[in-house]
Amino acid sequence: MTVFPYLVAAYVFLAGCYGLATSRHLIHAVGCLSVCQAATYVLLLAVGYRDGGTAPVFSDIEPGSRPVVDPVVQALTLTDVVVGATVTALLLALVIQVVKRHGTADPDELRELRG
Amino acid sequence: MTRRVRLLVLALGGAGLAALLVAACLDLPGFGRARHPYGTRAVHASLARHTANTIAAVNFDQRAFDTLGEMTILFASVLGTVVLLRQSRDEKRAAPEAERVAAPVRRYALLVLPVAVVTGLYIVAHGQLSPGGGFQGGVVAATALHLLYLGADYRALTRVRPVGAFEIGDALATCSYLVLGLACLLAGAAFLANTPLPYGTFDTLASGGTVPLLNAAVGMEVACAVVVLLAHFLDQAVEIEEEGSRSG
Repeated sequence: MTVFPYLVAAYVFLAGCYGLATSRHLIHAVGCLSVCQAATYVLLLAVGYRDGGTAPVFSDIEPGSRPVVDPVVQALTLTDVVVGATVTALLLALVIQVVKRHGTADPDELRELRG
Repeated sequence: MTRRVRLLVLALGGAGLAALLVAACLDLPGFGRARHPYGTRAVHASLARHTANTIAAVNFDQRAFDTLGEMTILFASVLGTVVLLRQSRDEKRAAPEAERVAAPVRRYALLVLPVAVVTGLYIVAHGQLSPGGGFQGGVVAATALHLLYLGADYRALTRVRPVGAFEIGDALATCSYLVLGLACLLAGAAFLANTPLPYGTFDTLASGGTVPLLNAAVGMEVACAVVVLLAHFLDQAVEIEEEGSRSG
């Protein structure tokens, strides 16, 4: 079962891609993009896990007394979450503008460019 | 392209990508393995600089320059959102009306509000000691302020939250991170290197050299950024209306 968490990450990513491609509403599409991004959290945390490991915070455990999980990928995941949240905010602002200009949030009805 | 054809193309591409991903997963190092060379070195470096929370040490000491890039992304996307959500020519601002709030909602929201704000500030301040830090605590503190919107109404929120001040705070916090990096240069170290300040006693608030300072700058930036983002989205929902329509 040593590959199972990685396969979960791949599954979550593909599910997000399916949602993006078949989306009928732009806000739904932004949500699907967040699902894709959640796959990277699962992958990063799975890569950094160590059997029996605890959080790499030494305010209440003696250094060296217990195995800790990899802090580098945890920091990368934190970066990922922050960037993901702000990009989602930016995309939602774009959706608001698209709805205002074109009167629809259905990506299929946004085919032709308008000046 | 019809929907059917599109789904077919998607299924083909998805199957190919799935096969590649599974092949890649089978080749990755096993889950839960004991050998993490980078992790072990990061823990070692963090303990050598008296930072109890290794993740804070990675973000604000070992990868402090990358965090500068991350802050810039945050700042740029806030700027983009502010520009996108500005009031356009064919829109006008309607004064928000007073709303009635159910008494229990009002009571508990106002009761939890100070506790939530202090919790957010606590998480920022203890970023180098316990789980949390500037990014997480900033979001908690900023969203806690919006309990006022639930407990009272939009007018009460706008009185305690001058958006202009928070926009300036956002810019100042981003600048202070840069200035801290330049201060390291002046002290004779590399840009954002954690060497000019004493490391202090392990597991106390002042430990970790420049880590608590950079952490505080990030906490302020994230808190201001979230307040500004939410303010502009709330403006769209509550205040800005199209010309000629009252329903918005």
